[in-house]
Amino acid sequence: MSAEARLEILTRVNRAQPAEPTRFQRPARPVSGRDEHDVVEQFAEYAAEYRANVIRTSRSALPAVLGDLLQGQVQVAVPKDLAADWLPAALAVHRDDPDLTDLTVITAVVTGAAVAIAETGTVVLDHGPGQGRRALTLVPDHHICVVFEHQVVESVLEAVQRLHPSARRGQPLTWISGPSATSDIELSRVEGVHGPRTLDIVLVAGPP
Amino acid sequence: MSAGGIKPARPFPAAARDTLGNAQMRRNLRHATTTIREKRQRAVDELPNWEALRDEAAALKDHVMAHLSEYLLELEASVQARGGQVHWARTAQEARSIVAALAQRHGAQEVIKVKSISTDEIELNAGLAAHGIHAIETDLAELIVQLAEDQPSHILVPAIHRNRAEIRELFQRKLGAELLTDDPKALADAARTYLREKFLSTTVAVSGANFAVAETGTVCVVESEGNGRMCLTMPDVLISVMGIEKVLPTWQDLAVFLRVLPRSSTAERMNPYTSFWSGVTPGDGPQEFHLVLLDNGRTDVLADDVGRQTLRCIRCSACLNVCPVYERTGGHAYGSVYPGPIGAILTPQLLQLEDENANTLPWASSLCGACYDACPVKINIPEVLLYLRGQISDAQPPSVQAAAFKVAAWVMSEPHRFEGAIKLARTGQGPLVKHGAIHALPGLLAGWTASRDLPAFPRQTFREWWRQRPAAQEHGPDRPEDTSETAGNAWEPL
Ligand code: SF4
Repeated sequence: MSAEARLEILTRVNRAQPAEPTRFQRPARPVSGRDEHDVVEQFAEYAAEYRANVIRTSRSALPAVLGDLLQGQVQVAVPKDLAADWLPAALAVHRDDPDLTDLTVITAVVTGAAVAIAETGTVVLDHGPGQGRRALTLVPDHHICVVFEHQVVESVLEAVQRLHPSARRGQPLTWISGPSATSDIELSRVEGVHGPRTLDIVLVAGPP
Repeated sequence: MSAGGIKPARPFPAAARDTLGNAQMRRNLRHATTTIREKRQRAVDELPNWEALRDEAAALKDHVMAHLSEYLLELEASVQARGGQVHWARTAQEARSIVAALAQRHGAQEVIKVKSISTDEIELNAGLAAHGIHAIETDLAELIVQLAEDQPSHILVPAIHRNRAEIRELFQRKLGAELLTDDPKALADAARTYLREKFLSTTVAVSGANFAVAETGTVCVVESEGNGRMCLTMPDVLISVMGIEKVLPTWQDLAVFLRVLPRSSTAERMNPYTSFWSGVTPGDGPQEFHLVLLDNGRTDVLADDVGRQTLRCIRCSACLNVCPVYERTGGHAYGSVYPGPIGAILTPQLLQLEDENANTLPWASSLCGACYDACPVKINIPEVLLYLRGQISDAQPPSVQAAAFKVAAWVMSEPHRFEGAIKLARTGQGPLVKHGAIHALPGLLAGWTASRDLPAFPRQTFREWWRQRPAAQEHGPDRPEDTSETAGNAWEPL
């Protein structure tokens, strides 16, 4: 049945599609030349407008900052390849393993990110090194996402360009703009229907 | 949504008369559309090159339509290369059978669904029910609609016609939730508890798709609540149903649509979650993926030189929120899963202008053009409306025309209906106005101004001034008000 349907649809499409008038030209994109500092500031501002908690820090203070944010959390998970020196030495964490970890008992998760976008206040995970599988940042209620300033790009366009290699490799991507939210009931915004109800973005200055 | 489909049960005028009697629904709707409209303008103004983006989005979609078979074949190959399976469905019936057979093969009694208008179009839930499979809607609004055994009234906020007290009562009755208040947060928590169990235990999920990239085989779903991420990640098997027009050539093409969609739709810079996947990823997410490519009338739309532009639609719902007719009648009156201006042109075309009731829809418009101005892919909805009117009038018996013309009369007879449209016309008219008058209207409206000038729209109508004067603000400027019954007319168009 399907082979027949496929052939018929393709035949119909072929007959129906117009002769293209002109070739589609992707417009040239002007380089904005905006100051890197401004771009990072805008990201911090817009992410906060989406009710993510944005915490600014330096590379050396990162473990202490994460320690503070995780105060009182007993079931913390991280991707199995998260750099050990991000975390406070004394902290006990679960290294994620699809067979070992029951994510429903995890209360907080710490990951890195692939790209962050100033234009929209978005962080993007391509689930590459330090970011874990998709469920890890979905089931627990508190996601702490570490973003380095050099990962912040100005626009959605730049982000898409930077993510092209990941997409070509077939990696899944998750774009996150603030915590999960709904406005379905009388348009009043409620945070956290299904995803994490708290999103902390730790924005790290300087080299990784 | 619970049932769905695209065949209206009644002609638009009959259905509209019913919904017009529902004052509560109209108040909810007006509040929603006004709020989104204002926010959207801010979100759009923030991007300096909005008009260029619209042009690019429209050109890209036209390019896809001109090469659709190539891109579909490329998409099929890249999804398969990533371990996914591709199915082709000529009709709604065929698509339902494919999904049902896949679910049955996995012994599923229940499937979880992320909001998808294409599965509503094919009436998937009823199709699955016929095979003893229960589809659980996981989008909060869709869940509300499903539990209430109701129909969605808006593409984006399907339960917009329900208020919090109604929802509390519904959750208590249907989910057994003990709700002390009707606070939206408490209501959302009740849904979270109920659905979490489903996300973690159900093995088959069904989704739609906002975009699919031919080059990389990447499928994309845009959402807010995380129910999408749950459905796309937690189950073993994922089935995505997608209209054939949703394919994009290259990965880079996503950039323009990810910029225009959220801003046009929820008026946000970006929606909270967007998920992309290609085929299956070992150790991460569903290990079986099926993409169902749906025709269901689309190739007929593609074959029509004027109607084809309808297939550019990215289902953002911006046209609904600016439509004075939609604001009055609500989505139900359109009798299809596609309401509002886009529904008025898409529904009859998908049904090949053969459905008597759907053929009244092109008259459900005041032709004010606000939908065209709002549309991020520049579908000239007024042009298509007039074109379809012509096609239908030529082909149909007089009774259909009579019913349809009544809609037009009803819309035109009450000038206050134009107020929203005029407001938008004023913001959109910029380049048309010279020396305080409009000398030429674009496209098919040009006939109206060929022999006379239209006075430029006033900056403020009397009624707007009246509402905004200080005394009115003491009652709170944000309170939704339905003044349409009592307000007089201060400005007559044309
Ligand atoms: S017709 Fe245009 S404005 Fe309306 S839903 Fe489609 S893309 Fe959005």
